[in-house]
Amino acid sequence: MTGRRIGDPSGWSELTAQLREWRGAIEARLPAPPRWLGGRWSRLLAVVCIVVGIVLPFGFSSDSGFIDATIKATSLAVMSLGLNIVVGFAGLLDLGYVAFYAIGAYSLGWFGSDFFFKAKVHVLVSGVAAQETGIHLNFVLILIAAALICAIAGTIIGLPTLRLRGDYIAIVTLAFGEIIGEVAVNGTDIHLGNGMTLTAGNLGISAVDLPYFPGVGHFDLLHLRPWYWLILGILLLVVFVNLRLRDSRLGRAWVALREDEVAAVSMGIPLVKTKLQAYAIGAAFGGMSGAFIGAYFTTVNASQFQFGFSVLILSMVIIGGIGSIWGAVVGGLLLGYINYWLLPSVLNDVPSKVGLNFQLTSVQFGIYGFLLVLVMILRPQGLLPERRRKLEMTAEIGAQDAELTEPTATQTTGVAS
Amino acid sequence: MLLRTYVGRWGLVTLLLALPVFYLVRDLTAGYQAGFVHGHPLIQHDLSRIGLNVVQGLSNGAIWALIAIGYTLVYGIIELINFAHGDVFMIGSFTAVGLWSALGLGLSSGTAAIIGGLIVTLLVTMAVTGSLNALIERVAYRPLRNAPKLAPLITAVGFSFILQNVGLLWRGGSPQSVDDLIRQGDTVFNISGVPIQRGYILALATMIPLVIALAGFISSTRMGRAMRATAQDPEAARLMGINVNQTISLTFLLGGMLAGAAGLVYALYQTNVWYFQGFKAGLIAFTAAVMGGIGNVRGAVLGGLIIGIIQSFSDNRLAGGEWTEAVVFGYLILIMVLRPRGLIGEETREAG
Repeated sequence: MTGRRIGDPSGWSELTAQLREWRGAIEARLPAPPRWLGGRWSRLLAVVCIVVGIVLPFGFSSDSGFIDATIKATSLAVMSLGLNIVVGFAGLLDLGYVAFYAIGAYSLGWFGSDFFFKAKVHVLVSGVAAQETGIHLNFVLILIAAALICAIAGTIIGLPTLRLRGDYIAIVTLAFGEIIGEVAVNGTDIHLGNGMTLTAGNLGISAVDLPYFPGVGHFDLLHLRPWYWLILGILLLVVFVNLRLRDSRLGRAWVALREDEVAAVSMGIPLVKTKLQAYAIGAAFGGMSGAFIGAYFTTVNASQFQFGFSVLILSMVIIGGIGSIWGAVVGGLLLGYINYWLLPSVLNDVPSKVGLNFQLTSVQFGIYGFLLVLVMILRPQGLLPERRRKLEMTAEIGAQDAELTEPTATQTTGVAS
Repeated sequence: MLLRTYVGRWGLVTLLLALPVFYLVRDLTAGYQAGFVHGHPLIQHDLSRIGLNVVQGLSNGAIWALIAIGYTLVYGIIELINFAHGDVFMIGSFTAVGLWSALGLGLSSGTAAIIGGLIVTLLVTMAVTGSLNALIERVAYRPLRNAPKLAPLITAVGFSFILQNVGLLWRGGSPQSVDDLIRQGDTVFNISGVPIQRGYILALATMIPLVIALAGFISSTRMGRAMRATAQDPEAARLMGINVNQTISLTFLLGGMLAGAAGLVYALYQTNVWYFQGFKAGLIAFTAAVMGGIGNVRGAVLGGLIIGIIQSFSDNRLAGGEWTEAVVFGYLILIMVLRPRGLIGEETREAG
């Protein structure tokens, strides 16, 4: 090779040709995507989904149980998208996501109720909330506060895990989740002065403000449509942010760290900053959804924040297809519907109809577990696997016949897509 | 710089000794209230209270150690956090209680009958939980051997839910008290003022022989060697003619058997059982396994005993035990920060 300079057009074209060849080889190995998923059609599908989503509540009465389940399922899907950033994009197994649900919900309890009864702060609220003592912020401000507080908490939780690998990260995050849960339960013993405590423990902070928007008015629990549109809006916002993040420099840095930490760091990716950003951003979404759930349940109760919740959200991410944005949405909605609608309201009468004398809700847990096992065994890669992950899996199976292309394959996808 | 070297070498030891030493000094100087004499509080300045805390902690820790070994064996060999393990332990408790009632053991039975019956119960319970654990592996984890790493985690969670539901249907939703067959609160003898109760002896007398037997099995039998080889490198072990699947089944069988033994001890010691007991116990035992260095049997035992002692100090000395769980997990985080591989962690495939 005689003195090829950087930027030499001929050398450049050689390189791109090589890249294109590798990419072609990879794509030939991938199962062809269905026609309707490609390009214009996928955009059309997304538009149709959004439109159907927006008009959906008109098909049901305004206090319908189905809409109620949809609201809960959608808020869980938002959490699942948040966790997907940490577990899916950055590959940091987080078993303590419930911490952000708790912190988000407490942000609502602190800043949207008369819990801090010695304070008197009112920002953009009206009606009863404007008369009461306590801190009362507008719901949008509470959402922002929840996201910010959770981002800080996520960073703090992330710090001790930086040196750890794999499942040790899981246990440290789990420990933080449990500690936050314990603080929530025993927060009645933490005095902040003037007779105020940190949390209300298992009694719950129950007179939380209902969301209020100027021009829309107050939300109430007999008319579920505004709640539905609010959480749908949050979901769409979070999906959009996720999509942009995935394709951003940061998103690619996450994937690089996930695939090979040593290589990524030696290529100049700042390890600490990138990992902490994943924790912070993932936590922020969890906090937003937590504040919403707190408002919708009209209570912030320490008994909500159990380890089981972290596991529920993690199974949404994994069943959807780890690292896949649409997978996280589908997994969240699916498990949410199974939990809140299918098992308690639709199938509950089935045993009595076939002459068995028991309520389905008594075996709800077992059925749910059985479904988890079944889905994973039938489709271990998840319902809508991420494309890059799909490649890893197929590459493992056919490793013998593609010994030469395989290592380059994983490298080039990082660059090409 | 000096501080850094100090923290690296002695930080962990300092941390672990902090609670006992603090209360030791306080008991000796300020003293503690041991009871009332003629209506006046009796203040003593000796070590018997702290001794009691340690003994209680060790016997509680013995149960966690037995469960933790199951986690650590499974993690060492297939790198899976077996979430269903705590619930296998719960099923062990339920089986034991069901069995001894079926055998007709009650508070009125004679000593010989109780001892004989409990030995039979122990053996049968171990067989049941061992096969249950191996069956779960066959159904839920083996089909996912080549799947993404997190997939078996979810089937483990699924099985945990299924077992909890079985427990719920079996014995209802609230804790049930069972017969105090061995009268576990009776003091057998005193060691310098520390009353040693039957429950403590039972827990340690079950754990120690089982752990010694297991260690012997792993270190000196052919199958134990196969287990170690598979843990080190499954592919190479397969090439050397080891039946990897069978070895993994054996690992689950052993882990399940120890969980069953722990279940029996727990039922006799705590004298109540609950479908949710396995969940908390599983979390604590997994923490113990990680604290000791996951994949390492000695580490699991050490971690279990240490967690038992931390719990006992926190339960008896700190704010009525409300914060015990937070204290245990706080310790865990600090240990992870100071020694990312656990107390006596060896390099697992992933960590190395």
